[in-house]
Amino acid sequence: MCTYLTEKVAISGSAKGASGWFRVTEGSVYFDHPVHAPYGHTLNIDFLAPDQGPSARVAVELSAESARALMKAIEAVLDSAPPGLE
Amino acid sequence: MYDAVLSETITITGHEGDAIEAYSARPLTPGPVGGVVVLHHLPGYDRQTKEFTRSLAVGGFNAVMPNLYAREAPGADPDDAMAAARAQGAIPIADDRIVGEVAGAMDYLKGLSNANGKIGVIGHCSGGRQSFLAAVSLPLDAAVDCYGGFVVGEPPAGHPLQGWEPVVNRTPDLSCPLLGLFGSEDVQPGPAHVAELEAALKEAGKTYRFRTYEGANHGFMQVDSARYQPQSAVEAWAEILGWFGRYLAA
Repeated sequence: MCTYLTEKVAISGSAKGASGWFRVTEGSVYFDHPVHAPYGHTLNIDFLAPDQGPSARVAVELSAESARALMKAIEAVLDSAPPGLE
Repeated sequence: MYDAVLSETITITGHEGDAIEAYSARPLTPGPVGGVVVLHHLPGYDRQTKEFTRSLAVGGFNAVMPNLYAREAPGADPDDAMAAARAQGAIPIADDRIVGEVAGAMDYLKGLSNANGKIGVIGHCSGGRQSFLAAVSLPLDAAVDCYGGFVVGEPPAGHPLQGWEPVVNRTPDLSCPLLGLFGSEDVQPGPAHVAELEAALKEAGKTYRFRTYEGANHGFMQVDSARYQPQSAVEAWAEILGWFGRYLAA
């Protein structure tokens, strides 16, 4: 089934795509059919710069299990970073 | 046997008279042949759905697939266009827009020099629901719903389709015979959804044929997907070509 669900989040940073590095301002997070990953549904993240057009995108499609592992890793790294760096 | 097929990207007039991109594949025979509108799945106007469109042309039908995300991201790669449509809040695409795009694709097919005037519609996944939507909204001659989700059934809380009237309620308006192709392992549409749709078709006195493939899951016809199931897909293709051959004949 198509979930159609999309969570959007404002982000600030950079991503490296086919044309090199670019500033990203938006993220889309959704659990739906992948384009490439060998699963029925994947946790997909698009890092976007809408002002630069649709191709300014870095995309990942992750199995649900690996996406949850990624979330924990991100939290662990941020939580263990020395204070005052954020 | 002459078997040349021409496939190409074209521009058609879609919803509200707007020009949109589409992929056309048609046999280079004098005809007359029937036409089929192809509705791509949620991941977009992609390589495998273009292959599907070409297969219909090889099967003897003029086929055209509107790029349903062309408005959000004209000229973009299909997956980037899907992502742009999501980011712009355009997914799911509004039903009236889908009907408008299909109507435009029908006009394109009817205008081809080898057309016999008969038009069918087919879609997979979200396109399956849209195929049913088109068939209850427009004067068509045949329709195929390949595992379309949310034709029946209430979407779960928070789902973007919540509040949209289930299209099964419009079954009395179905304009043409319907072929439904489903997987026994699918959950949306699951077996109970398929049974509910069948009951609605029976009650409305509509012509239909349903096939549920044992062990097949959602997306079993998608050749690039891990869920591709060759045996079921081959049988389903025979059903599709047979259905259109029967109902789109001159």
